[in-house]
Amino acid sequence: MTQAIKEENEYAAAFRALQETAERVAPAWVARLREQALARFEQVGFPTTSEEDWKYTNVAPIARASFAPTFDKTSDDLTPDALAAYTYAEAAQSRLVFVNGSYRAELSDLRELPAGAVIRNLADALTSEHEAILRAYLARAASIDESTDGFTALNTAFINDGAFVYLPKGAQLSAPLHLLFLANETNEQTAIFPRVLIVAESESAATIIESYEATDESVYFTNAVVEVFVGANARVTHYKVQRESDAAFHIATTQVELERDAHYDLTTITLGARLSRHGIHVKMAHAGASCAVDGLYLVGTGQHADTHSLIDHIAPHCTSRQLYKGILDGKSRAVFNGKVFVRRDAQQTDAQQTNKNLLLSTDARVDTKPQLEIFADDVKCAHGATVGQLEEEELFYLLSRGLHTELARNLLTYGFAEELVEKLKIESIKAQLDEAILNRLHARLEV
Amino acid sequence: MLEIRNLHATVEGKEILRGLDLTINKGEVHAIMGPNGSGKSTLAKVLAGHPAYVVTAGEVLYEGKNLLELEPDERARAGIFLAFQYPVEVPGVSNAQFLRLAYNEQRKYRGEEELDPLEFKDLLAERAKIVEMDAGLMSRSVNEGFSGGEKKRNEILQMAVLEPKLAVLDETDSGLDIDALRIVADGVNHLRTPENAIILVTHYQRLLNYIVPDFVHVLWRGRIVRSGGKELALELEAKGYDWLKEQGAEASESAVTVSAK
Ligand SMILES: Nc1ncnc2c1ncn2[C@@H]1O[C@H](COP(=O)(O)OP(=O)(O)O)[C@@H](O)[C@H]1O
Ligand SMILES: [Mg+2]
Repeated sequence: MTQAIKEENEYAAAFRALQETAERVAPAWVARLREQALARFEQVGFPTTSEEDWKYTNVAPIARASFAPTFDKTSDDLTPDALAAYTYAEAAQSRLVFVNGSYRAELSDLRELPAGAVIRNLADALTSEHEAILRAYLARAASIDESTDGFTALNTAFINDGAFVYLPKGAQLSAPLHLLFLANETNEQTAIFPRVLIVAESESAATIIESYEATDESVYFTNAVVEVFVGANARVTHYKVQRESDAAFHIATTQVELERDAHYDLTTITLGARLSRHGIHVKMAHAGASCAVDGLYLVGTGQHADTHSLIDHIAPHCTSRQLYKGILDGKSRAVFNGKVFVRRDAQQTDAQQTNKNLLLSTDARVDTKPQLEIFADDVKCAHGATVGQLEEEELFYLLSRGLHTELARNLLTYGFAEELVEKLKIESIKAQLDEAILNRLHARLEV
Repeated sequence: MLEIRNLHATVEGKEILRGLDLTINKGEVHAIMGPNGSGKSTLAKVLAGHPAYVVTAGEVLYEGKNLLELEPDERARAGIFLAFQYPVEVPGVSNAQFLRLAYNEQRKYRGEEELDPLEFKDLLAERAKIVEMDAGLMSRSVNEGFSGGEKKRNEILQMAVLEPKLAVLDETDSGLDIDALRIVADGVNHLRTPENAIILVTHYQRLLNYIVPDFVHVLWRGRIVRSGGKELALELEAKGYDWLKEQGAEASESAVTVSAK
């Protein structure tokens, strides 16, 4: 406990520095929001495993470490060329880059931007003509109240640089927008607080790739909060690619609100970090909304990946689809906790949730808990989870055609992931994932 | 090419093969017939090396070497091929990719250059013609959502690609309509050479009108109780298996088994 208090004090010190020395004076409501958030963090601290939601994921190493945010912008000599390994060809001219949490205009590229759309650094937007939109939406889905967890509170206390994406009515992004959060020259003190706000008004459409990358394998702490508002009949396709350093901590939450007939499609790809936790909350409070929330986690020795999702059917005639697949190798651990709520008024809900896990080693462990809570009576819902090894008959079939055991096992593992890979609509993400899977399998061959 | 002597095998502790003898030379086609449950698929699985089927006695020599000490993949690379009675679906693995990997494993084994996807595509297109296989099935996952007939044809396509020395076709004919049967049979005949051998497991004489065997054997209760030429199949069709069962019982009493010459 003394550890935790010391830690909170270190964050508090960094907080004062932010409030007093930020380049631009943020509007008073932002300063207040930060104050409230810090107060909330100081009240709840980091969650512990005695809380049901954090039973399997112990964040004590984060609480014990001496992390603090940095607001130092130009301590490196990164060039756009140096980013090639972290970028996507499809988003070559529509990219916002953040290094250790700070926005880097010279690394970003926004040439491909339709008229009316606003894509810019959140800190800049706070003091711009878009302030009113921010005020209406920022910390609305990820609000600060008596249910906010310590991580969301801490992120909100440090709201500064981040991505602000605003699509007015009918605006369509012609290319995917890439939000790159890069960790560079980090050390055991580096805490990074990515913040993303996406407001897609009615009839608009966008594809957004949110990715987390690292230039080396050092320890640092990412604590991200992403809020997405999808207006009536608008469509947002969202990819979250987590390729943090294998020594990093990655805690993220994605909070989504859907309007009438809105469509939201999220695919998460979890490859990196020593400890990662992704919280997802999709709120469907208006009729006719639909969402697809899919993900793949691929973890090996020393990694722990936790996904907690809540799909909340509040209004009638909404559809949700969820497919999460996990491949666990070596001494690794995964947690999947997926709640689907179907509230009393949510008649004609069509909800499906599936979690499938493939254990490649006897040391790997997964805790999966799909939960369906239905309070409406006229609904179509299904859910299920599986945990298993490679199918012996499939393996024998491949062996009987002359494939070596390793190749056969790898091919089946790849096949297991393929159901998700083939859904990806962006070729370079597909290629990147293919490579990650093959690398992971290759690494396995060397064992 | 293949010599099976006094083969005993169990599955889940139950003895299924009980002293089976069979000799096969290159260039020959042997049909194995017999009632359901007599052990035909068990023999096929034992030859392919399925881990659930345990050999408890006897020996199997393939090209003069002990087949039983080879792993399933080694057997395949050495030229043994089993067309499964129930081909397995492999989700997420494309048929073309799978075939290329399997083909290249054999090439590597023989010390030949591997084919790249483009080169392989040509080869595959040519072999697919042998079984009149729809190109659309190549990019689909192996056997996933294939009809029964498509699965069986896919087995023969794999055979056409891998060109095994010894192919065991386990009821490749069952579930096929007459057109599909003719296509599959033509495919097999096309692949029949003086250098390879084929074991055809079937319980219908029908297939043997299209693929004419050199020998027909009757498997009953885990042994071959009768062997003969292609006329034996016709006799079986006319008389059923019952008359053989009596002989089989006699044979087991006197511990005599009949094997192919
Ligand atoms: N994997 C298995 N597990 C349990 N019993 C099996 C298995 N495979 C075959 N058997 C049993 O072995 C006997 C012979 O089966 P099989 O070889 O499939 O016969 P056939 O192919 O001649 O119809 C049957 O009694 C069958 O139930
Ligand atoms: Mg059978």
